[in-house]
Amino acid sequence: MPRDTSIRSVLIIGSGPIIIGQACEFDYSGTQASRSLREEGIEVTLINSNPATIMTDPLTADNIYLRPLTVASLEEILQKHKIDAVLPTMGGQTALNLAIEAAEQGVWEKYNCRMIGVDLDAIELAENRELFRKHTLSLGMGAAPSKIANSFLEGKEAAQEIGFPLVIRPSYTLGGTGGGFVHKEEEFDEALRRGLNASPTHEVLIDKAVLGWKEYELELLRDSNDNVVIICTVENLDPMGIHTGDSITVAPAMTMSDTAYQEMRDQAITLMRSMGNFAGGCNVQFAQNPDTEELIVIEINPRVSRSSALASKATGYPIAKIAAKLALGYYLDELKNQITKTTSAYFEPTLDYVIVKMPRWNFEKFYGADHKLGLQMKSVGEVMAIGRNFLEALQKACQSQENNRNGLGADKKEWIRTSDILDRLEMVSDDRIYRLKDALRLGVPEKTVQKLTRIDPWYISQIKRLVKMEEKILRYNVAEDLTEPFLRELKEVGYSDAQIAWLMRITEKEVTRHRKKLGITRTFKLVDTCAAEFEAQTPYYYSTFDKENESIPSDKKKIVVLGSGPNRIGQGIEFDYCCVHGLMAIKEAGYEAIMINCNPETVSTDFDVADKLYFEPIYWEHIEEILDLEKPEGVIVQLGGQTALKLAEKFKEKGIKIFGTAFEDMDSAEDREFFSDMLKAQDIPYPKYGAAQDTDEALKIANEVTYPVLVRPSYVLGGQRMRIVINDDELERHVLSIFKHMPDNKVLVDQFLERAKEAEIDAICDGEEVMIMGIMEHVEPAGVHSGDSSALLPTYSLSDEVLEKMKAYTKKLAFALNIKGLINIQFAIKDEEVYVIEANPRASRTTPFIAKAYQVPFLNIATLVMIGAKKLKDFKFEKKLEGYAIKVPVFSFDKFPNVDKNLGPEMKSTGEAIRFIKNLQDPFFRELERNRSMYLTR
Amino acid sequence: MSDISTTTATLLLEDGTFFKGIAAGKIGTTCGEICFNTGMTGYQEIFTDPSYKGQLLVATNAHIGNYGIKNSEVESESIKIAGLICKNFNYDKYSRPMADMSVQEYFEKEDLVGIARVDTRAIVRHIRSKGAMNAIISSEISDLDELKKELAKHPNMDGLELASTVSTKEPYTLGDEEKADFRIAALDFGIKKNILRNFVQRNCFVKVFPAKTSVKELEEFNADGYFLSNGPGDPASMDYAVKTVKELLIIDKPMFGICLGHQLLALSIDIPTYKMHHGHRGINHPVKNLITGKSEITSQNHGFGVSPDAIKANQDRVEITHVNLNDDTIEGISVIGKNAFSVQYHPEASPGPHDASYLFDQFIKMLADTKVEVGATS
Repeated sequence: MPRDTSIRSVLIIGSGPIIIGQACEFDYSGTQASRSLREEGIEVTLINSNPATIMTDPLTADNIYLRPLTVASLEEILQKHKIDAVLPTMGGQTALNLAIEAAEQGVWEKYNCRMIGVDLDAIELAENRELFRKHTLSLGMGAAPSKIANSFLEGKEAAQEIGFPLVIRPSYTLGGTGGGFVHKEEEFDEALRRGLNASPTHEVLIDKAVLGWKEYELELLRDSNDNVVIICTVENLDPMGIHTGDSITVAPAMTMSDTAYQEMRDQAITLMRSMGNFAGGCNVQFAQNPDTEELIVIEINPRVSRSSALASKATGYPIAKIAAKLALGYYLDELKNQITKTTSAYFEPTLDYVIVKMPRWNFEKFYGADHKLGLQMKSVGEVMAIGRNFLEALQKACQSQENNRNGLGADKKEWIRTSDILDRLEMVSDDRIYRLKDALRLGVPEKTVQKLTRIDPWYISQIKRLVKMEEKILRYNVAEDLTEPFLRELKEVGYSDAQIAWLMRITEKEVTRHRKKLGITRTFKLVDTCAAEFEAQTPYYYSTFDKENESIPSDKKKIVVLGSGPNRIGQGIEFDYCCVHGLMAIKEAGYEAIMINCNPETVSTDFDVADKLYFEPIYWEHIEEILDLEKPEGVIVQLGGQTALKLAEKFKEKGIKIFGTAFEDMDSAEDREFFSDMLKAQDIPYPKYGAAQDTDEALKIANEVTYPVLVRPSYVLGGQRMRIVINDDELERHVLSIFKHMPDNKVLVDQFLERAKEAEIDAICDGEEVMIMGIMEHVEPAGVHSGDSSALLPTYSLSDEVLEKMKAYTKKLAFALNIKGLINIQFAIKDEEVYVIEANPRASRTTPFIAKAYQVPFLNIATLVMIGAKKLKDFKFEKKLEGYAIKVPVFSFDKFPNVDKNLGPEMKSTGEAIRFIKNLQDPFFRELERNRSMYLTR
Repeated sequence: MSDISTTTATLLLEDGTFFKGIAAGKIGTTCGEICFNTGMTGYQEIFTDPSYKGQLLVATNAHIGNYGIKNSEVESESIKIAGLICKNFNYDKYSRPMADMSVQEYFEKEDLVGIARVDTRAIVRHIRSKGAMNAIISSEISDLDELKKELAKHPNMDGLELASTVSTKEPYTLGDEEKADFRIAALDFGIKKNILRNFVQRNCFVKVFPAKTSVKELEEFNADGYFLSNGPGDPASMDYAVKTVKELLIIDKPMFGICLGHQLLALSIDIPTYKMHHGHRGINHPVKNLITGKSEITSQNHGFGVSPDAIKANQDRVEITHVNLNDDTIEGISVIGKNAFSVQYHPEASPGPHDASYLFDQFIKMLADTKVEVGATS
């Protein structure tokens, strides 16, 4: 059926600020959906409160509303625009909940707006555990035995019937509060009491825990003719018991036979078809008993889910893009495969590579957080890696993590005490995969490892292969001892040169030199949805060590943009926004835009965005070989946060041009001593400070600059391990802790300006002129990390003199640092004196916020300035902002119940929202101001 | 047993392209026509599918053998492919508790030669542009000239009759003759076990006949309907079978053909077949049913096809029921005025999706309808 022509205008609801479990993958789906609808000539209106999204950009949609995700906002939009239909399936649970709330209030009906791509009855059925369980049983499918208990006695009876291990899930609590696994009868009474108490209705659901069963996820698409295809099958390496968001997952399924798979496929399709009537995406999770291959349906999400971004990147099949078309009434067989452009969209992608997704945790940011993994998702981001075998993909995933590891172990972070390691295998924590290898290395039998972890024996034997290869490496002394076949084998299973070098106790350079001499270099293969059966039109590549290279460089001039790797606290979706705009500007200037990144949640890794995409770790060894192949004019590092910036020195060494500010100047801004000297020379005030190599030195400095002081390791992101201390005792304790966790690091001791105000400026400099993008004033006093502060644009309480000083200092600094492109400067203001706290010679977290608030394409301007295509004087624009824009941080503390929720110098927020207010009498702002005094009195 | 082979192996294609890798399975030399299958599951079913007789199979999935071999999941009694070409071959430890042995053990037991650690993607791209051709795998001979000589001896698949080599020598039956609703006579050109399982599950009594059985002999079984099986080789070389199908069409009992059976049905009404550039092999092929308007994901394995031009010119005699959504090739036909239909793909799946299993029900319904008619008129 061709599309429903009565739909001319569609509203898409976004997912709001980033929280754990709902991250920028929904920006990717919303953006794709919007573009897909506009291709059909539909007017798209978007609502999202998250300013750092591409979906809320003028280039994505026709009408954009950066508004709180409330029914009132929806009504405001519906009054202004004639909206024919709302598509609520692209913005995760948040969007769906809002759409349901509006439906309950009769809003859609009132404005004659249809809901497309969703069936509310299906949603209700999917979310009501007990109803859903009955439904699956009625279809003849398996469900975990389960009982509802409203009293202690009923709970005891249920446990008796179900047996251990079991899961207690209190009803109507958020994010699994009060729930958990119970392994033994002795632990049950207390757990049951806790569960019943946690539930407002004094009700718990007791499920049989299918711990150790294999876990699978299927991504499906269905059209209104009831045609269904499976886009991707994902196998969890970590068996049942760990949230999928915290599991290492693999695609395609590595250990599933066709009989088992087809059974699962049949059940998934039957289930999807049985759930109401909707056209769009859907995700079904199964558990499989490895011994009997019996299946249990875990859950179904009848919408585009967290994992569909991963499935899209893993297969090349753009799920959200197609789902949006299906919502308009198209049948799958009427659409084309977006990669080949010639074959049908009605097909099931097939992979000739292996995908490994690895979660990125950030426990170091949540002091006191329990590292144990379980029912509740705790990771803040993820990486995806592509290889021609499982081990290659796994090691590439480790290299993508950016946690100072060079692959799966083979570095100084390996553990050596068997008892500690075995404990960690059983008590699942974020480092289990590394501990698993440590155990095998120390000679723990594969069987024992399997028993403790319940990870499929195939994966364990694969990792054992690495251990055996490492034993062989240890026999060699110099790089030249490595024969061509052996070194090639090592590279094929993903070893970095740094790992090989560490095992041989030689330098990485020696290994690299020898390897290149032997002609062992990376080749690049295409992600094409069809295992090369058809010719693909889409330039989406990954590296491997295979014979044929498919990535043929064009003869156009090229510029490479480095992405920011996995999302973390302090480095998230904002940089994806920056990268996308950078790529667009590069294209606009007539260059070929090449993107390198490994974060599957991002829009910048959509194969439609750059001219060429390399889905690769932001890890030097990989990047270098892409550069060797592509020979670009240069690279842009200012847009990918600290991750990309860190690599600047490597580019310089290699003689690759860095567009924008030079490496030496960026380094001057990062090097505290050098930077302070520069401030002094420019006559710019800054807090007194000192850098210490040991505790004695730190004490001396602290007493010189006088307490309270701000203590932190140098070169860290998001204020990691940054503390304010008030006396020698505290200082000593904290400095010791820094040196313990981060040896080889210096400690910076800064005078802490008590009760100071904080403000920041984002600016662009072209070498001749400095353009102030915006000045933001933090509501919270100095001492709260800027990422966790509420901030107003423009400033609201600073005097004109202060503002003039800030602008003047910004100009001085931009010129002194020879900035070409972006700079962010943070200020502390006390008694009308302005101090410079730090300068970041790159796009900052707030760049997208300012661009959105003023509706000025600052990132386009900055990129064109960086690459020298334009000067600032070439741009004319008008800042459109009535009143103020407030940046509101959002936290995910509910995931870490034991963590101190007080804000301090270490950043803890996971996302942000934008809120526009007309004036300072706004109640929302008044409330923020009131909270400020709370900080001041602390 | 080791986790990887240390013996090198060579793959040489007819056009001189070669790849060096390592031995998988038995050490030896083998020739065949090279083809690729893009399925991500079901290697064991593919290895034992008689339609692959004489072919060197490139498995595009990155890993082969991870879940071992389970004795019961076979499509015939032995391995039918002539050799395996893959990227990562699982030599020893495998995942599945229900499995009986590793692929390496299976290949050694069944004398199958393979090659691993070659750039399968490059090979597929080569076949995609150059077309199907003969090739040789050897883990004994590494000299290219010697390999070329060996390869030259191997016959071309074009015009090659292979069905009779994989067909049963003696007829055999399946199902319960007493309790069955229908009797089916199946002509075995290389039949997959799962087709028979599908009939038996639908309460049929099936007698499987050798490929060259005469119509007279078939008629003696007094079947309610006839089934034309899948199988290997060039259908155009099977005059004996075309003759049989022509005669069966005159009898006009319900007749259902799969794959080679589909091509034979077409040939019997004078619709020619042709050798495809590189065929369809995989479990993700999109097919649209033109009668219902619904689509299905199908399991496919064929290197020959039915001429679309000839069919379009003969629409008074044959109706197109199914088309391939990727390349518009003919996927299903029914003979106008006759109780005969066929599909190019594999509704029995194994490996692959079960989307098209309704075709078996369709055949059973046809059997039931004609049985009622016969009953009514007699």
